[in-house]
Amino acid sequence: MTTGDKPHPEKMKLAIYWGAACGGCCVSVLDTHEGLLDITAAAEPVFWPIALDTKYRDVEAMPDQYIDLTLFNGAIRNSENKHMAELLRRKSKILVAYGSCAHMGGIPGLANFFSKLEVINRVYDESESTKNPEKVHPDTHFTVREGELDIPEFYNEVYPLNKIVEVDYFIPGCPPQSSRLLEVFNAIVSGVPLPPKGSVIGALDKTNCDDCKRKKSDKKLVKRFYRPWEIEDDHETCFLEQGIICMGPATRGGCGVRCVEGNGPCRGCYGPPPGSSDPGAKMMSAIATMIDSNDPDEIDAIVDDIVDPAGLFYRFSLPLSILGKKLL
Amino acid sequence: MTRITIDPVTRLEGHGKIEIFLNEEGEVENVYFQVPELRGFEKFCEGRPVEELPSIVTKICGVCPGCHHMASGKAVDAVFGVTPPPTARKIRELFYMAHFVHSHIAHFYALAAPDFIVGPMAEPSKRNILGVIEKVGLDIGKEVIKQRRIAQEIQAMIGGHQTHVIMNTPGGVRKGITPEQRDDIVKKAEGFIGFGKFSMQLFKEAVLGNPEYLDIILNGPYNLTLHSMGLVDENNHVNFYDGKVRVVDTTGKELCKYEAPDYSNYIEEHVEPWSYLKFPYLKKIGWKGFVDGNDSGVYQATPLSRLNAADGMATPIAQQEYTEMYRILKGKPVHSTLAMHWARLIELIYAAEHCYELAIDPDITGSELRATLSHIIGEGVGIVEAQRGTLTHHYQTDEKGMVKKVNLIVGTTNNHAAICMSIKKAAQGLIKKNTPVTQGTLNMIEMAFRAYDPCFSCATHSLPGQMKMILNVHDEKGQLLQSVRRD
Repeated sequence: MTTGDKPHPEKMKLAIYWGAACGGCCVSVLDTHEGLLDITAAAEPVFWPIALDTKYRDVEAMPDQYIDLTLFNGAIRNSENKHMAELLRRKSKILVAYGSCAHMGGIPGLANFFSKLEVINRVYDESESTKNPEKVHPDTHFTVREGELDIPEFYNEVYPLNKIVEVDYFIPGCPPQSSRLLEVFNAIVSGVPLPPKGSVIGALDKTNCDDCKRKKSDKKLVKRFYRPWEIEDDHETCFLEQGIICMGPATRGGCGVRCVEGNGPCRGCYGPPPGSSDPGAKMMSAIATMIDSNDPDEIDAIVDDIVDPAGLFYRFSLPLSILGKKLL
Repeated sequence: MTRITIDPVTRLEGHGKIEIFLNEEGEVENVYFQVPELRGFEKFCEGRPVEELPSIVTKICGVCPGCHHMASGKAVDAVFGVTPPPTARKIRELFYMAHFVHSHIAHFYALAAPDFIVGPMAEPSKRNILGVIEKVGLDIGKEVIKQRRIAQEIQAMIGGHQTHVIMNTPGGVRKGITPEQRDDIVKKAEGFIGFGKFSMQLFKEAVLGNPEYLDIILNGPYNLTLHSMGLVDENNHVNFYDGKVRVVDTTGKELCKYEAPDYSNYIEEHVEPWSYLKFPYLKKIGWKGFVDGNDSGVYQATPLSRLNAADGMATPIAQQEYTEMYRILKGKPVHSTLAMHWARLIELIYAAEHCYELAIDPDITGSELRATLSHIIGEGVGIVEAQRGTLTHHYQTDEKGMVKKVNLIVGTTNNHAAICMSIKKAAQGLIKKNTPVTQGTLNMIEMAFRAYDPCFSCATHSLPGQMKMILNVHDEKGQLLQSVRRD
């Protein structure tokens, strides 16, 4: 991974970029450890802001489709994110939405429950520790004594990458498992035929429940749902059978069921399983089959036990969901 | 007015940008450090069940998720009005020591050491972690990678997820530690202590043994005279997980010492229209602008300020090093920005020693992992020390524990004003009339904010390389006068 060298002619050209992200996706690339050396042996990183010269001008100067593979992580939250998504789409042969935020909007996508102004007001006006009597808000273009200062425009909503540009593949996860990234990367480098455009790759074709080691009975029937702290998890029985909402049935496998092995219920970062486009719809149908009652009133009461269903079922996918933007 | 733009400075969540304005004399008139990013966690956590927050707020930062998880876990405990049982509390703290070991190793070797071990004026191509390894030897390089990885392994073992940890639940933790895991951690912690001592020795030989570097630390254009903030235990010793927040003034006199729930009586935040990131300051003094000195409300929350704000370290080897640093730097508090690196190594030794203490504590393999929950109080503040400064999470909920309000003051934000001022001071000291701006100039300016280990650059931790920079000098018509590029 030398920097400043000219790209090696035979090597695949690789770009990694982030929009509205936490850095965890880039950490997942680094967490390939020795695998990172395999990646850089086969591919020349031509644009990777945490490792290489971050100058956008260099990307703009590249011919269209110059980059073989771009891994784009992070959601689209502001004008800079959008500009870079469009630029990298133009410059890339294969554009991959990498991680939950690029795939579905991710955690920052929960902001779609609110308007831009509600977010800004909370942060800059209402926060308990902020003193801002003149209600100063960040301004995309501001004149200081010495000159002009610019910052990107904060959008009214968060978008997953494929709402802004055409995406070739999706690698899910918050963050994606490093081993899965290596599998995908090796497949691309080895030249095996890739799945149809628009596919989810680097994940399993089954649900997280199929991959989970917790004990499951045939009958999943509950009389009520609990918040995780309301009961004592026995550390071995399926969370749903204990009445704790777990997103396993509505989530694609591939993460290694990490959270469940840490005794936490799944929250759906790998997105909906094959054959389903909406995790909320999938989860509602899973829950409907579990309710141990035929009495409509009792059914309502059982469903009411589920707090913040929208924020739970769409924890990582609100901008992609049928709910989309602030309808609740 | 001539403008110098350093864009981007580094990467994380959009990008940070430095705008330097020169006056007609060719001297630095003013400097703006802009943070172009906002995601609004404060707003979109509203409406969520409070027990979900510890696993939502880790997504603020994928490099220091453990800090947010701990501050959040403590705020949630307070919302429920409970204190975790001893085993749960110690498991949390053990995790947290590994988080510090990992982060401080990465920062020292990947970011700081290139400047001191290789040298601030060395060839840019050598001034990176590979250059460090070249200088100190491959065996040591391998040891750095190994120790950092071991710290990550402990976090994955206890935390339930290698990145976005999920261990905290209201009043405790989801999973205990088995005796076999404990034995493994004890061995690993012994290794950390040895490695911490080794790193300190390396620093002393390479830096203190070199009059040029020592001069940069003591007399470089990096000294800001600001108040110091840090969490302390009941003996006024540095603590990362719990205690009271203590602030001492520029002379070392205690200005205030507060409990988490009282934070808003002591800290306020200022808004500037040219950055999305706010500027915290001490409320009792008020916002006086970007100025240093005892009358300024600006404070620092860094490894050095934690040491300044405390009376000592709670573990023996770290305490010896603490005493020695202040002896060599001739008094306390120390205001040299670059002494933050030294302080960080003292903290590395403390984190290693405390990791060991916790691992051999009989409580650590206990089975009581959660406090009994009864009713919801509805408000809680959790404060921990993140690697990059004091971290405050404040939650308000309804009677069912559904979140109504969230307020966050994160580690790096505390230092936002100080970072702006450090960069300005470095630029003023280094950019002179009619003198071309060189690669060395660029690096010396960069060193001013690298010392803070700012979170918007913390993703660079693990990579063999320093931040890549472009510095353009434009005249007032926008004509490019000079371009300096460092790959």
